[in-house]
Amino acid sequence: MEHIVIIGNGISGVTAARHIRKNSDKEITIVSAETDYFFSRTALMYVYMGHMKFEHTQPYESWFWKKNRINLKKGTVSKVHSNANKIEFSNGEELSFDKLIIATGSKPNKFGWPGQDLNGVMGMYHKQDLENLEKYAPNNQVCKRAVIVGGGLIGIELAEMLHSRNIPVTFLVRENSFWGNVLPKEESAIINKEILDAHIDLRLGVNLKEIKADKNGNVSSIIIAETNEEIACNVVGLTAGVTPNIDFLKNTDLEIGRGVKVNRFLETNIKNIYAIGDCAEQHEAIGQRRPIEAVWYTGRMMGETVAQTICGNKIEYKPGHWFNSAKFIDIEYQTYGWVWAEPKENEARFYWEHQSGKKCIHINYDKNTSEFIGINTFGIRMRHEFFDKALTEKKSVQYILEHLADANFDPEFYKLHEPEIVAKFNIENNTNIQLKKKSWARIFSA
Amino acid sequence: MKAIKQSGLILFLIGLTIFTGTIFTGSFSLNSNEFDSFIKEKNYKNELIKDELQKAVVTSENINIFEFSSRVRNAYKVSNEHYEALITKYDSEKNWTKKGEQYQYKIYGKPHSLSFELAKKAGAGFAAKNPILMWLLTFGLGIIGALLFIIPDVILLGKPGIKNNGIFLNAATNRGWIGWFAFVFLVSFYILLYFYPDYIVNWVYLVDPISESISGNLASQWFLYGFLYCVVMTVMAVRMYIKYRHNKYQILRTTSVLFFQIVFAFLIPEILVRFEKPWYDFKNAFPLDYDFFFKWNLDELLSSGGFGLFILVWGVVLTIVVVPVMVYFFGKRWYCSWVCGCGGLAETLGDPYRQLSSKTLLSWRAERIIIHSVLVFVLVMTGFALYTFFSGADQVIGIKTQTIQDIYGFLIGSIFAGVIGTGFYPIFGNRVWCRFGCPLAAYLGFVQRFKSRFRITTNGGQCISCGNCSTYCEQGIDVRAYAQKGENIVRSSCVGCGVCSAVCPRGVLKLENGPEKGRINPTEILLGNDIDLMELVNNK
Repeated sequence: MEHIVIIGNGISGVTAARHIRKNSDKEITIVSAETDYFFSRTALMYVYMGHMKFEHTQPYESWFWKKNRINLKKGTVSKVHSNANKIEFSNGEELSFDKLIIATGSKPNKFGWPGQDLNGVMGMYHKQDLENLEKYAPNNQVCKRAVIVGGGLIGIELAEMLHSRNIPVTFLVRENSFWGNVLPKEESAIINKEILDAHIDLRLGVNLKEIKADKNGNVSSIIIAETNEEIACNVVGLTAGVTPNIDFLKNTDLEIGRGVKVNRFLETNIKNIYAIGDCAEQHEAIGQRRPIEAVWYTGRMMGETVAQTICGNKIEYKPGHWFNSAKFIDIEYQTYGWVWAEPKENEARFYWEHQSGKKCIHINYDKNTSEFIGINTFGIRMRHEFFDKALTEKKSVQYILEHLADANFDPEFYKLHEPEIVAKFNIENNTNIQLKKKSWARIFSA
Repeated sequence: MKAIKQSGLILFLIGLTIFTGTIFTGSFSLNSNEFDSFIKEKNYKNELIKDELQKAVVTSENINIFEFSSRVRNAYKVSNEHYEALITKYDSEKNWTKKGEQYQYKIYGKPHSLSFELAKKAGAGFAAKNPILMWLLTFGLGIIGALLFIIPDVILLGKPGIKNNGIFLNAATNRGWIGWFAFVFLVSFYILLYFYPDYIVNWVYLVDPISESISGNLASQWFLYGFLYCVVMTVMAVRMYIKYRHNKYQILRTTSVLFFQIVFAFLIPEILVRFEKPWYDFKNAFPLDYDFFFKWNLDELLSSGGFGLFILVWGVVLTIVVVPVMVYFFGKRWYCSWVCGCGGLAETLGDPYRQLSSKTLLSWRAERIIIHSVLVFVLVMTGFALYTFFSGADQVIGIKTQTIQDIYGFLIGSIFAGVIGTGFYPIFGNRVWCRFGCPLAAYLGFVQRFKSRFRITTNGGQCISCGNCSTYCEQGIDVRAYAQKGENIVRSSCVGCGVCSAVCPRGVLKLENGPEKGRINPTEILLGNDIDLMELVNNK
């Protein structure tokens, strides 16, 4: 029986294993150094915040693996012997495979800052980070202040986490506005305000110079590069993005760039070795997507796809229209299609913001053809299927506005803002778009 | 703010302590006039019980409720044993006439209920004499304290939004010592209420003035329970309003259950009694209302003229037509989390415990076996009851209808629905009864699963498997298992509380009523992954 070995028990590897099991009888082994069982990395924050226990982050009960004949092996892979079809563990043990899937995810960026490996410096990516945080920041007696470096999704999550235990936080962001390289300035401004409203000390446009230690090798303060200001703190969170976690593949025959290079079938340059998830790098970017995408659902989709290929139904990885979501403290964010930080030459924008300053929608469309390109929403939930279909069918911005009620996914009885949104568009563009009533027939015609 | 919260807690605990302590106060005895009028009222035909009771309760001694209860129960026991002995004697002598005569002297009823009746008349003491003052010191302090504890959350919780910080770090909400303490307290309360009502007669005095102003009668322990239920729900609804103030679904739902509890379950039945109509809760549907088809209830309804008949017809229509039709259009949530009293308590008092329900596959299996067994039990029992009603025979295939009814009332009506159903909130989560026991929920569940427009829609591929939805599902549904596969959630046990949707950080879940077609949508590949599905299927 063919033996499929998967390195990494994150969403990509586990999805691949599940789908291989669904479609075949092959022997499957998942190798992980991090935890015994698959857990949802995105939920680590909720464990620290007391919303959940760690066991709640595990989507499958422990009997699941045995029942589905998926072997779990704990160990750190140190080498891949591609010509001998086997992997080697740090303790010297070996495991042979017929097919190998590399799904080792990413690791936090460290840019060579002095002091970046001191006690109390951590990311928020792994279970070990959570344990570290409990050790160095259990409360505001032990951790008088924390400094977070890097203004992305993990950074703001870590800030929210520490804030939930009343630990003062200073948040250093390189850009001049939070996530300003991804979000248009209006959305970014809303988040800046949300951060400040939570009494988080947000510092924009600054970089970390160094981290200083006390005599025991624990963090004692950081220095800001631009101002040389010293901020006393006990914990430093490094959340300045991630890179593929593939150091153990250096000096092998595998072709490696920033990640493991793969073609559209997620195959590496070596037969029978595949790479999926955060650690895979496409030779050529797909559509407007980046060659490496460290996103939950792309990992899952690559797992679904590679499982088909391995089970003899060779399928190309086609991630479809871009979408994503996040939550910034209390503000929910969803996006479908593309809304760049800056409009491109052919693009026009429509922006509506609720008077509360906590909800908005931002639509990007082609100013010549009116084709809908993408939408950002804050505080309003939208239907994924609606926008996926609208993008496939190249609908116009007018169509989107007319059908906003179909698109809305807020809970029942929520106040709907569509009439106000459409009215604003009509005034700004001198149009006469009429909002259509929500129709189940249209919603389910897909 | 924190100081207000803490003083609220102290006031609440003082109120609770006085309330608990009240049980042990007062002295109980009757003078001969009171005693004679009681005997007359009861119309006892035997002299022995009169003597025994008189010895027991007509006294100048200062006896507490426990001593009083034991004397009264003993009096009934002595009397009943005497006549049972006679019955045995005449039976062995085959003296059937004499034997038959003895039955009229036996006194039926639960000893503690008989004792309660007498104690209610016999109490003297601070609580009995100053019910209003004592009400203020118990209920009053409890309510004010609880509100002072809850209301500062408007500020302390921060801005509107999901605020579940620290729930699993808190001894009250994570099965810590406070949770276990609450468990012991609630379980003891229900055991006293159901099985030792005479021990809590002092509490009943406190609500006498309120009962008199509504129904014109003095309170029973069931009035006390109904009143307490409304008070607890109202106070804890304030907590819901604050916690979910950003979520209109939760606000409306809470208002709805509160309205149905106070108006339909509490006020209307009491007012009916004032107008000498049968006590009836118009929203309480069979088989949750398990004694609706019992002979005594049918007899009472049929003897209450047109109004009784109306209740009879309404009760039948409610169960056979209204309930399933509404479930078809809106899901069982319309009942379980918008109308039902049990649901109402679970969604207010029980909300802090929702995360404690087990999500394992094993508990789902247990749930299906237990809840459907209760449904079968109630249906068989009702069959017996109806047979008894129509045929007049008090037993079917050698089994007494009364015995079955007593077993159900004890095991399901009292132990399961009360002691376990509510008492276990702090340990097994807030829907223990609704999830494992309620036969109406089982019935609605069939309709919801097989013929309904209701579903929880999963929003394409947005799920990140974080597990907030599953953690906070009070019914122990592993919501994530569906959401992460892009499947809608169609489960018979879902009561549509809407909290999975509220706690989802990515806007993945929405409760909706839509066309039946496509409601259940098993997916191979999630939305966003542009695999040609036809190709996928054909290649298989």
